[in-house]
Amino acid sequence: MGYIRDIQYNCKQATFLIEKRMIRRLTFREMIELRIHLAGCSVCVLYSKQSRAINQLVKQLLNPNEPGEIRLDDNYKYDLQERIEKELNKN
Amino acid sequence: MPQTNQLNPHNWVMAYADYLYAFAIRRVNNEELAKDLVQETFLAALEKSKTFRGDSSERTWLTAILKNKVIDVYRKKSSGLRKEVAEATEEQQGFFEDDGHWRAEHRPLEFGLEHTDPLVNKELNSILQMCIKKMPALWMAVFTMKHIDDEETEFVCTELKVSPANFWVIMHRAKLNLRACLQKNWS
Repeated sequence: MGYIRDIQYNCKQATFLIEKRMIRRLTFREMIELRIHLAGCSVCVLYSKQSRAINQLVKQLLNPNEPGEIRLDDNYKYDLQERIEKELNKN
Repeated sequence: MPQTNQLNPHNWVMAYADYLYAFAIRRVNNEELAKDLVQETFLAALEKSKTFRGDSSERTWLTAILKNKVIDVYRKKSSGLRKEVAEATEEQQGFFEDDGHWRAEHRPLEFGLEHTDPLVNKELNSILQMCIKKMPALWMAVFTMKHIDDEETEFVCTELKVSPANFWVIMHRAKLNLRACLQKNWS
């Protein structure tokens, strides 16, 4: 019983496996351990949901395809293009 | 005949400067640095314009150059910040009891994360940004390279000089911290 109990109680290990699972396949043993844990731990089930949601959030936030308000100021852009033109003329 | 893309540097700033700037600033969290990176990207692109084979779009090509520059920044930052990482690591030990159980005060609670559209919700976005900013530079670098840029784990480890074992620990801790920070500030 000691082994199963360890798994059931170990939220630290379970959250570790939840993170690992999002990046690559777990080993068979890891998969079983996580299943046993999640079957009895609603807190880690919630953690897993939130963790997935956070990944999506972060992806959306850092994806510059979204129409953002982030813009370079025009003066800087003007100077930048000047600089490029100058480099082009060198050749 | 497949269409080959061509470079048109006269058009670069107008067409891509904002995009590249947004890409950079979200990864380095610093306006001046992001500006510099955009400039460096264009200049480096001019220098190696002969290597452009036209099989990707101009924007993709420029973004790849910028991405390498961002990794350089990560690498420089993270090598100087091992100590900061150690401290943050200690700080988050407190999430769990010795037996691995959640500490009562750190237990995840429902806080509406699952039902919120980040595109609509600016407040959530700015909280998230603040929480990411608070992470140690190395965690932020590992986390961003993996989750946003979908880099191979081996690549992240080599570039940032992190052992595979440490990689998993960092991913775990970064997420624990980020989640806790969101729960604390968003409810």
